[in-house]
Amino acid sequence: MTEVRQVESLRDAYGTALVELGERHSDLVVLDSDLSGSTRTMQFGGRFPDRFFNVGVMEPTMMTIAAGLALGGRTVFASTFAVFAAGQAYNSVRQSICYNHANVKIVATHGGLLVGGDGGTHQMVEDIGLMRGLPGMTVIVPADAPTTRAATFAVAEREGPAYVRLTRESLPTLPDGVFRIGSARELRGGNDLTIVAVGALVARGLEVAEELARVGVSARVLDFASVKPFDEPALLRAARDTGAILVLEEHSVLTGVGALVASTTSENYPVPVRRVGVPDVFGESGEPWALLDRYGMSTEHIREEAWELLKARGKVQ
Amino acid sequence: MGGETPTELVPSLETTAREIRQEVIRMTYAAGGGHPGGSLSVADLLTALLFHEMKLDPARPDWPERDRLVLSKGHAAPALYAALALRGFLPREELVTLRKLGSRLQGHVDRNTLSCIEASTGGLGQGIGIAVGMALDARLAHRSNRVYAVLGDGECQSGLTWEALMAGGHYRLANLVAILDRNGLETDGPTEAIMGIEPIADKFRAFRYHTLEIDGHDFGQILDALAEARRTTDRPTAIVARTVKGKGVSFMEGQPSFHGRPPTKVEAEKALAELGGSLAGVAR
Repeated sequence: MTEVRQVESLRDAYGTALVELGERHSDLVVLDSDLSGSTRTMQFGGRFPDRFFNVGVMEPTMMTIAAGLALGGRTVFASTFAVFAAGQAYNSVRQSICYNHANVKIVATHGGLLVGGDGGTHQMVEDIGLMRGLPGMTVIVPADAPTTRAATFAVAEREGPAYVRLTRESLPTLPDGVFRIGSARELRGGNDLTIVAVGALVARGLEVAEELARVGVSARVLDFASVKPFDEPALLRAARDTGAILVLEEHSVLTGVGALVASTTSENYPVPVRRVGVPDVFGESGEPWALLDRYGMSTEHIREEAWELLKARGKVQ
Repeated sequence: MGGETPTELVPSLETTAREIRQEVIRMTYAAGGGHPGGSLSVADLLTALLFHEMKLDPARPDWPERDRLVLSKGHAAPALYAALALRGFLPREELVTLRKLGSRLQGHVDRNTLSCIEASTGGLGQGIGIAVGMALDARLAHRSNRVYAVLGDGECQSGLTWEALMAGGHYRLANLVAILDRNGLETDGPTEAIMGIEPIADKFRAFRYHTLEIDGHDFGQILDALAEARRTTDRPTAIVARTVKGKGVSFMEGQPSFHGRPPTKVEAEKALAELGGSLAGVAR
């Protein structure tokens, strides 16, 4: 059942949702640090110039200014690339935003290797780990444009700090579903194996699950867009029902969703877990999708890892 | 003094500042930790702000029109807690709980436990940015309140400080006042020996601040400068307040070692004797 899926820009979905939020909420303010064309906050800036602050190249201070605006009762969105939002600005996010419980929504674009040509300096593969380690932080990694739109509205509604990680590349739109903070979304049912995936790799996980179905293996696929809070019941149900979990993320395997899944299952319901993601290295320049293949996230490698798990469970020879 | 400040105000402010200094000694002694030097240098500035300049109401700590104070040098927490207690925002008896497990008085100022604190600070270079955000917020909301950021001189070595100051100047935030507690000393020694920040007033001017240089222990000059800041409607004001670290206690003045070291019992008793106070009833 090969279906052609529409490919849509997550950043465009964010930019459009932000304008709609601006229309609904007159106190909503948006900040950017000289990347408003790339992050798509420019649309909001054009529509609501009085509530848009392009502060220039000062990401750590964009976060402190955002905190100051939010402490007055506003909902504040702040956008830049993931490497600057979570990396350059980390301690401002930690202290001025999270420690202060400031109502700031950081929407970071250009997460992961899919940044492509800009190279390893700009390919942020540690951000999910950094952000989910912050007390009080909500962390969302949408896998497609509709989820991005839903997540933008959802974090705006939810009081407190949030980090939403988007990719530069457009991604295939997944089968219809409802995004809710704290809920995993089951994109496909199955009982032989569970594939837990976030972001750009959700579509690859679905592709592998469809291949497996053709040889009689049923793989459950969970879109784990809500990384924090995460859906522990759905994860443990998957562990119980399928006995093996394969995690896919365009992020360092040391600190990302794989680490979360492995630690949660080992504490509660130990099952074999394998992590597909970026090994403990920086990226490099290259064509975006070729980079995913090069760094161990090819469909072929995902399939191999799935077979390893199935073999370990005695489900295939 | 410039003559516009009613001179009868000064003695009572001086008395208040002395009481704050006594509390700083008692608190840091009881805590066995904290930053007495920079708390003593900033005591007069905080007194002028909280007891004269700022629009505040202890009965309504969340009053929207209140003026905001962000202590960017969050390590001077003892001085701010003491000033807030004397101003009626928290019980004075609570001050000696500073830094103790379960206390509302965290080692660096903390709004999570104490609602009269506008922003938790401590990581240097961040408070001024928060103040810029608050000033923007007030302008957007057409509120008349003003925002005061009190900076340390060590944090003027941080790029974050200048990023935030640049933004305040760019947005012409006339409701923002940056006050520099220029005591000249940071943890490891003199700022000018470690990483010089002079000519600091020129730097503020270059960042588009109406810049005033004053003696930060002269209430006449402090109040005049704050009044002038209020009259400045086209840009933010920076007040470079020359101060003495450890001010008010002879053996602490100018001593970098008291940046982050509390007094011993003997030192605390001696300091309080100089300040006209007593250590009675305070235990470490």
